[in-house]
Amino acid sequence: MELLSLNDISVAYEKNLILKNFNLHIEKGELISLLGPSGCGKTTTLRLIAGFLEAKDGRFMFDGKDYTRVPVNKRNFGFVFQSYALFPHMTVFDNVAYGLRLRKVSKDDIAKRVTDMLKIVSLEGFEKRFPGELSGGQRQRVAIARALVIQPDLLLFDEPLSNLDANLRVNMRVEIRRIQKELGITTVYVSHDQEECFSISDKVAIMNQGVIEQLDAPAVIYKYPTTEFVARFIGFHNFIDVNGLKVDGEQVTADCPQGLKVSLVHRSGHPIVEQMKAAIRPDDLLIALQSELSNGLAGLTAAELESGWNVIAGRVKVSTFLGRSYQYEVETALGTFTVNREMDAPFAANEAVQLVLPKDKVVLVRTAV
Amino acid sequence: MKDKHRGLALFTTLVFIFLLGPLVIIIGTSFGEGSVLKFPPEGFSLKWYKNIFEVDMFMETFKVTVGVALLGNLIALLLGVPAAYALSRGQFRGKEFLNSIFISPILIPGVVMGFAMLKFLVVQFNLPIYTSLLIGHIVLMMPFIIRVIGSSLSNFDYSVEEAAMSLGASRLKTFFTVVLPNIRSGLIAGVLLAFLESFNNVDISVFMTGPGVSTLPIQMLTYVENYFDPTIAAISVLLMVLTGLFMVMIERLMGLSYFTNK
Repeated sequence: MELLSLNDISVAYEKNLILKNFNLHIEKGELISLLGPSGCGKTTTLRLIAGFLEAKDGRFMFDGKDYTRVPVNKRNFGFVFQSYALFPHMTVFDNVAYGLRLRKVSKDDIAKRVTDMLKIVSLEGFEKRFPGELSGGQRQRVAIARALVIQPDLLLFDEPLSNLDANLRVNMRVEIRRIQKELGITTVYVSHDQEECFSISDKVAIMNQGVIEQLDAPAVIYKYPTTEFVARFIGFHNFIDVNGLKVDGEQVTADCPQGLKVSLVHRSGHPIVEQMKAAIRPDDLLIALQSELSNGLAGLTAAELESGWNVIAGRVKVSTFLGRSYQYEVETALGTFTVNREMDAPFAANEAVQLVLPKDKVVLVRTAV
Repeated sequence: MKDKHRGLALFTTLVFIFLLGPLVIIIGTSFGEGSVLKFPPEGFSLKWYKNIFEVDMFMETFKVTVGVALLGNLIALLLGVPAAYALSRGQFRGKEFLNSIFISPILIPGVVMGFAMLKFLVVQFNLPIYTSLLIGHIVLMMPFIIRVIGSSLSNFDYSVEEAAMSLGASRLKTFFTVVLPNIRSGLIAGVLLAFLESFNNVDISVFMTGPGVSTLPIQMLTYVENYFDPTIAAISVLLMVLTGLFMVMIERLMGLSYFTNK
């Protein structure tokens, strides 16, 4: 069931349009992340949903009601800030109780609900402490408890973990996901950390310059980016111009420059348009000597490889030791490719090699307009 | 290296003598027995201190001075706090300009301000002397209130206010339950500073005094014109003590560096 929708929303900041005709739809109960480089508009989107910013145009519907002009304090959304934003002059208990007191909840109820909530975030016994006496992780948990205790209709996170150290960050994101699932609360989560977003989200929206480039489940985005921006953002380093696409169901063949032909499996439902590129990760691209191709490789028969399908000849330019693998920069007639290969006998600089693109690892992405 | 330090020490001592010497003389004179200002004093007596409380005009003007400082402070707060809040949190055109306007009373020479106010309030609008005096002091105090509270506000994370609002608090409720408790020390320091500024002011007050309305510093000037006994030194000592106490309180609240750094 659709809970929230942003319809053709525009937001301007000092005459600069940050969001223009922006659309986003969120289902009830899901955790959706907004991910992108700084300045992509993800925080603006979150602050708009929270009500800290007003839309210049467009409509914000929530649970069937028009929320566009509802002020922040009437929305009943929980917000967790990057800086935690705890009330420094109040104890942990009073911080968490703040929203309940505003709602005129009875004293006994407040005591019970605050205590229960502190239990959920594992902060029992900290009631009388002040924020200044807590560690970063504890403060963040107080902030989460404070946002949750009001039983918000929507929970919003603005880079909540970026001030924590790496270990704590991993623990906290597991914790956030656990609490979110336990309470079944619809959540919008903003971060610039890819791993963080992918690990906790039902869906990830990758944003660029005020536009959602792709909105999908993390695994789908990881495997099937639909645009060049998304592909680059999640680690596809190698791009090849394509033309003459022939589509036969999921089987697609394409002509590339220098007479290269590529056949690949395209994910149905992802549109095929005029301007596209083939993309592949350094980890998925295979590097081999000519002699290794005679038995076929990566689901391609020797005959196919022989006739030039999915194979590019090149020379190793740079080889870098990465620990588990070597990374090679390979120069070809189509440009330089980056490829990783697990440690075994490494290729030498200037060695002639063949690059093979496995059918199921090549994706077609829309080029940036 | 050592010589350099010795030179510095000498210089520092000279500066201290220059700054504190006159005060020492005043303090000494105030305890003298003779009826003329004399240093070093002859004998020891508290009679000049007693005399302060026997001269009606000192007590009268003291009340006026404190009254103006308190009432003016209250009004300056009511006007200054919202102004400081708007200047620190708002995004609007002409913010810088307004900021300068609010600070300008510190920059314009007091005599000019005083004369302008006399012309404007007393002559042009024919306001009663007391009202004019009060308005003059409000204008005098505003920059201190706005400045000190403004810097308290700018040290306070705006997200905390947003957090309160997201939890259901209105802007006003947020201000009283979250902002005010956290800028309290700045608020008190601003009030004390403004109080001192008003209490010790001469150059604006001198234009706004008339029959029945005068302030203590002005009364002191008048007194010196007629009498030259140590009463005036005794009063000065009391004022110094008061000022000193206030400064200690401000220092405790937020550190004097707060004002010197900006």
